Amino acid sequence: MRAALRVVEPGLLTTIQDLGRPAAIASGVPPGGAMDRFAHAASNLLVGNDRSDATIECTINGPQLVAESPCLVAVTGGDLGLRVNGREAPMWTGIFLAAGDRLSFAGRTFGARAYVALAGGVDGDRWLGSRSTYLLVGKGGMQGRPFKAGDVLHSAADRAGPMVAGRQLPPALRPEYTERSIPAIGGPHLKRLDTASRQALFGVTFKLSNQADRMGYRLEGPALAQKGDELLSFGLAAGAVQVVNSGQAILLMADHQTAGGYAVPATVVSAGLPVAAQLLPGDELQFREVTEAKARLMRQELSAALSALASP
Amino acid sequence: MPPPRSTHRVRISPLGDTALLAELGSRLDTALNTRAIALASALRKRRDVRQVVAGYTGVTVHFDPEQATVASLGSAIKRLAAKRPKVEVPGRLHRIPVVYDGEDFDEVMRTLGITREQLIVTHTRPIYRVFLVGFVPGWAYLGPLPEELYLPRQQTPRMQVPAGSVAIAARQTGIYPLPTPGGWHLIGRTSVKLFLPNSDPPCLFRSGDRVKFFAVSSNA
Repeated sequence: MRAALRVVEPGLLTTIQDLGRPAAIASGVPPGGAMDRFAHAASNLLVGNDRSDATIECTINGPQLVAESPCLVAVTGGDLGLRVNGREAPMWTGIFLAAGDRLSFAGRTFGARAYVALAGGVDGDRWLGSRSTYLLVGKGGMQGRPFKAGDVLHSAADRAGPMVAGRQLPPALRPEYTERSIPAIGGPHLKRLDTASRQALFGVTFKLSNQADRMGYRLEGPALAQKGDELLSFGLAAGAVQVVNSGQAILLMADHQTAGGYAVPATVVSAGLPVAAQLLPGDELQFREVTEAKARLMRQELSAALSALASP
Repeated sequence: MPPPRSTHRVRISPLGDTALLAELGSRLDTALNTRAIALASALRKRRDVRQVVAGYTGVTVHFDPEQATVASLGSAIKRLAAKRPKVEVPGRLHRIPVVYDGEDFDEVMRTLGITREQLIVTHTRPIYRVFLVGFVPGWAYLGPLPEELYLPRQQTPRMQVPAGSVAIAARQTGIYPLPTPGGWHLIGRTSVKLFLPNSDPPCLFRSGDRVKFFAVSSNA
């Protein structure tokens, strides 16, 4: 198997991610996987992969990678200032790299996470059925850790067919990443909040605190008051908004704890998670209450965009 | 025909657009947990269901939103929950050696007003049930803890609890599988590994298993 990319500079937090290990939640292992599932899937489809193939998740400051052999890549998600050989290069587009070409990021314009797909999928350690890196226990992906200089990435499959560059996902078909109103469905514990807190949850502007990572975002905002006995622990989901005893809200993300006993007054819907995945400490957000039917329409819109890419 | 007895007691609520929470009750109760585990196994056979996690008193169900809605799956869950559960096969029994020298042991003893001996005897007396596997990899909520040992969680959680710590809080006891933050009272430690990264499933305990602690003088 030929080396495809060599890591010259690792970037701030660069890991291998796929669609995670959803079945592992029964063992207390977070589902994990790409934070922005839409960008992850799109980058894969742009290079002819399955949407479940592993990609490279780059955070805030992207890595510098050099092609060891000719390869096809696509970069999607947050705009971290993509460059090829020092020149601006298009995101959301299949790009052909010749051996020696250098892929780097000049600096962030918006968003938090970019995804680099490699034709054939990025190879990495599999753990519990997934190549996703889970840092807490050091498993999956690049030996369970972020990239460091000198790492070499391989394509998981030798391509049988030709590599087609230039495939593109037009802006109209991408999520509205600048939207700061995140769609969520009320429940299961919305009624535990008092009236003022319920209105606040779907009314005020929250800000991401410095405690915001792949596990979840602690939010700064008004303390949300709740009533009722302590809850017994139950299984959680990505997107769940937990309210801890102090009244602080926490938005759970990909590497979230699988169970907990804090009230969950609302949960961000699946179509809202890609936008949430692009938020950084200091960014503001509001929760907008939507119905299940509305969530379905939003989900179908994103899935139609990906289906259009998937067809030859 | 009268409606099945327990149907109206199932509370279904959405957890976003691809998951729901079905609660059978709200008490810490072995019978409720048994029903939750039985419901979880029944749900795992459905084609519209992706993942199920049994909690203390209910189940969290991740479903395929192209095949189910909260309402359609909710009705199915109410029907399944109304069925009399099959007689439960007793879970596997784990015997766990514990050195009772936890950082909070003396403070727990003092707060509860009991002797060293009483604390150890009371904690090792029951056969605990694994109510829920989750939180962090390998963690299991065990209980019920005898009333005599009831203590609320610590006001300020520790930033780092050593792996293998045996702890109590409210009606529960548990073992920290990994070094993580934690707000439970540490009464001992065990050398038994709860998180098994090279096994699948990667954890020792499963929902419905039984756990018996016994005191040892050292983990050597």
